[in-house]
Amino acid sequence: MSRLVIGPFNRVEGDLEVALDVADGRVRGAEVSASLYRGFENLLVGRDPLDALVLVPRICGICSVSQSAAAAAALAAAAGLVMPANGRLAQNLIHCCENLADHLTHFYCFFMPDFARDGYAGAPWHAGVAERFRAQRGSALADWLPARTDFLRVLGYLAGKWPHTLALQPGGTTRAITPTEKVRLAEVLREFRDFLETTLFADALEAFAALDSPAALAAWAEARDGDLARFVRVALALGLERVGRAGDRFLSFGAYAAAGGPLLPRGVWQDGAALALDPAAIVEDVSHAWLEDGAALPPAAGETRPLADPDAKPAAYSWCKAPRYAGRAVETGALARQLLAGQPLAASLVAAHGGSVLARVVARMSEVARLLPQMEQWLREIAPGEPFCAEWTAPQDAHGVGLVEAARGALGHWLTIERGRIAGYQIVAPTTWNFSPRDAAGQPGALEQALVGLPVGAGERNPPIVQHVVRSFDPCMVCTVH
Amino acid sequence: MKILWLQASGCGGCTQSLLGAESRRGVLARLAGGGVELVFHPALAEASGDEALALLAAAADGTLAFDALCVEGALLRGPNGSGRFHVLAGSGVPMIDWVRRLAARARHVLAIGSCTAYGGIAASGDNLLEACGLQFDGAEPGGLLGADFRAGSGLPVVNVAGCPIHADWVVDTLLALAAGAFAAGDLDALQRPRFYSEQLVHHGCPKNEFYEFKASAQKPSDLGCLMENLGCKGTQAHADCNVRPWYGVGSCLRGGFSCIACTEPGFEEPGHPFMATPKVAGIPIGLPLDMPKAWFVALAALSKSATPKRVRESATRDHPLPLPSTKKGPRP
Repeated sequence: MSRLVIGPFNRVEGDLEVALDVADGRVRGAEVSASLYRGFENLLVGRDPLDALVLVPRICGICSVSQSAAAAAALAAAAGLVMPANGRLAQNLIHCCENLADHLTHFYCFFMPDFARDGYAGAPWHAGVAERFRAQRGSALADWLPARTDFLRVLGYLAGKWPHTLALQPGGTTRAITPTEKVRLAEVLREFRDFLETTLFADALEAFAALDSPAALAAWAEARDGDLARFVRVALALGLERVGRAGDRFLSFGAYAAAGGPLLPRGVWQDGAALALDPAAIVEDVSHAWLEDGAALPPAAGETRPLADPDAKPAAYSWCKAPRYAGRAVETGALARQLLAGQPLAASLVAAHGGSVLARVVARMSEVARLLPQMEQWLREIAPGEPFCAEWTAPQDAHGVGLVEAARGALGHWLTIERGRIAGYQIVAPTTWNFSPRDAAGQPGALEQALVGLPVGAGERNPPIVQHVVRSFDPCMVCTVH
Repeated sequence: MKILWLQASGCGGCTQSLLGAESRRGVLARLAGGGVELVFHPALAEASGDEALALLAAAADGTLAFDALCVEGALLRGPNGSGRFHVLAGSGVPMIDWVRRLAARARHVLAIGSCTAYGGIAASGDNLLEACGLQFDGAEPGGLLGADFRAGSGLPVVNVAGCPIHADWVVDTLLALAAGAFAAGDLDALQRPRFYSEQLVHHGCPKNEFYEFKASAQKPSDLGCLMENLGCKGTQAHADCNVRPWYGVGSCLRGGFSCIACTEPGFEEPGHPFMATPKVAGIPIGLPLDMPKAWFVALAALSKSATPKRVRESATRDHPLPLPSTKKGPRP
């Protein structure tokens, strides 16, 4: 058995190190480590409850709206507040814009450049892929970055700025748009649809969203020249539809408020079926984190106490806690959301080979294809002149939980207010689930499971297959170690 | 100009904001056009793992030449001065040690964002992280590199402060440095580029009419001026956000929320709730930087008494009352 330590893992958000035990050319065990501690949960304690809206977006510059949405939802729950329809629609548009931009920034800037690497130079597909997706200089960036900036005008109009907007409030949003701005926003969405249908999908969004089987996906990819089709062809050539499987147990907190519950449903998916989510079944374990030991606690009662001397705890190897649902490690992200929404392509990809590199990326892109039309619909429903924000007062003593979906999965904020101040604040981020270390029972986290069995050649220091699997989760380590 | 970019303890938001710079072919092409090349950036580099470590090690020992070191995120010296709260993955070495070594080799050193400039959010509360900026600890000179530090060019650390930065603050600074058109005199007392820090957020504020008449918002989403009740520091914060919109259209004030003075050292600890204005005898403590307090109080009283009904009533709504109808034209 030999040990391979890989880091820094670039083109992920934040600090990640992966240690692999390799024997007979295969990974036998993996330890995933977040090498940064940030301490937001503790610095929130003692602050005015509304200060959370200023502080928590700064946990993450890539999903700051998700953090903001979770805080606003926790405060609204604590106050028993319901927002007006315009506020809900504007929050959905703001949040969805960030999530879709995030999916594509991951695809173009973080994930695809690995296929352009010289190590693949012998492959028949390499030359074209390298020209298109090379890090920093690939031709795709000249298309994606301007399209991204134009799309972010949704946030300019509705949220003032991004990242770190303060526009999301417990009662709605701070910016009521005018009829003219509604017209302008429709134009922004039309231009973004045009980019997606021309460059990413090379097809109508609705046509891609209708694909329902691995065979249909493969045939679709053969027939066109868009960026996603290029990825699907490469992934099938490399067998990535059968690589990177974790425990095939998925969790979603539900996304985008609608009249009768979230548009994308909340739940747990295991053994091929969707189950209701019970938030009381969530605990965080600290047995392998550089945190003071203690029992696994539900987040509402959770604590975060960093060790002054990390070396004093030999079993620990990460600043990340290990969240568990009903005692089990779970995977969260776009694939979880699509499975729980009953999307046939996601379900059939998972039924064939379990969660995989291909399934995770395709689920993200399915979400893009399905949600942009939804954004068009939300915008149509906004009624200028009607209120965007409900009045409220922060309660003096209350608990609140905000469960939302960031681009990369389930994000929860658990808030306690005592005597008008924040007395407790615990956060469980998507990558905390996906990249968790082992728990007290020795159960590895989702990525740790997904890495086991990968082939590693003799003397290989940086296997590309490991890079693909790690990035298929779209990790955000700065959220993980909030 | 070759750039080596490191992410210390931050949120990556300054990079995300930078990627949104307005440009026909994207910000990377815009930088390349001005002769700025990113030899290493954690979010964008092809190199990963041992390749990335080899590159950084070569830069640190002088065998790989580079010109500018950009650091994003606070520098964590904790726990107990060990730097263990942030170890560069794969290297076993604290990030603060990498930053010290690389800064010593750089012709220019830039702090990207308020965390890196002054400590930022990471330094709030009792600062268990022992977070600081590159050359400041809050408003106090010092920080990780010390008050006397000068980069190879002779410039101190250039503090592109903001939480997050506006993309153009970084692009314009880098392009000016690459063109040799940036000197010590272009920095203000807190070492920020003066081209954006010698204006106030108040300049170009879309709520200006409400400010003039002291017609104030009372709750989020109200159109009125946010200074009197909702903690807005636009008249005291140095930055040009309201004349340099985000994504061509937005700003904090245009978004309907208060300026929290995110370009200023110590913004993270205002000493009061962010969204509330501290007052003495009904008058806000923090008044505009550029006028005498007595004049402000006198003019505020006068202008309040002259506030048009349309402005007074619009201030506490989220949609404006219409302008009075024009005097010319057909009557209904």
